[in-house]
Amino acid sequence: MLVAVLLCGCVSSTQQIMGTDESAVQLRSYQQRAFDTANKEQTLRSVIATLQDLSFVLDKADLDLGAVTATKLSGYQLRITVVVQPRGSSQMLVRANLENEQLAVDDPKPYQDFFTALERSMFLTAHEAD
Amino acid sequence: MSAPRGNLVGLTSAAFIALCFLLVAGCETVPDTSMQLSPDSLKLRQLQTRTIEGIDEKALLMASVGVLQDLGFNIDESETRLGVIIASKERSALDLGDALGDAIFDAIVDAAVDAILDALFGWDGDDDEDEDVAIDVTQKIRVCIVTRPALDSSGQPRQDAQVLRVTIQRLVWNSDGNLSHKESIEDPKIYKQFFDRLSKSIFLELQAN
Repeated sequence: MLVAVLLCGCVSSTQQIMGTDESAVQLRSYQQRAFDTANKEQTLRSVIATLQDLSFVLDKADLDLGAVTATKLSGYQLRITVVVQPRGSSQMLVRANLENEQLAVDDPKPYQDFFTALERSMFLTAHEAD
Repeated sequence: MSAPRGNLVGLTSAAFIALCFLLVAGCETVPDTSMQLSPDSLKLRQLQTRTIEGIDEKALLMASVGVLQDLGFNIDESETRLGVIIASKERSALDLGDALGDAIFDAIVDAAVDAILDALFGWDGDDDEDEDVAIDVTQKIRVCIVTRPALDSSGQPRQDAQVLRVTIQRLVWNSDGNLSHKESIEDPKIYKQFFDRLSKSIFLELQAN
């Protein structure tokens, strides 16, 4: 029974496919930031360098899609997908998704930490983006 | 006679708190600092990075693929326009001839010896000793190479000098089929060996063209 309770503590529902407890607006408020640059390739290269600084090893990278996926192994297994897309003609929108051991990370703090590290790598300020 | 009841209440609430802790701990295995730059990140960057003169980015990527093949890796993904190559290999976790070097082997032997010692000293006469002696048997080693043009004194990218960073991690499974290690490789010896081999591969690549 204890095992059952422990399992239930981690998985709140069997319906995981469309599963999220938060609205798209809430999620995006902490998962995405805009940067004042029109250079998609340079932004992706900065994202990759930042992920390497944070001890991630890349799984995939695609310039056309603007997507990078990477995994960090440090006793735990943390997976991130970052997508870079143009926003208007002078900005890049950077969105990150974190997953830890089969769970989406919904704590804003690790995302803030990621964007703080990315700001340093890009020498640009991350703007809030709706 | 209220003291025993007080103890009982105390015990119950302690058990409840312990259960709550278990529930939370069951999910939260990632430390709060997982997305922060660690104090070691600059040191790691240095041992994983080299600036390579006299080569363009495409030729360096080709030389890098050559090294990965020398080391028995398979290419999983690449995006040359971003300077990215990702490769992996699956090997025995007890393989003496593993090309990644002595350090990984030492770590595996240490882990195996630890497991055996644990089993010996933790011997309690039960029939479950087989479960205690779970030694590491297989591992998946993943490597990612990222290149970018070096910058000149005015901050412009150079065609003839590149910065290359390589990062390595591995997953190890034990004889029970469970993941026993998930780790980044941070041993300077391994990165030094990689860059020594890369120098030779770059030489061959430049000779060929």
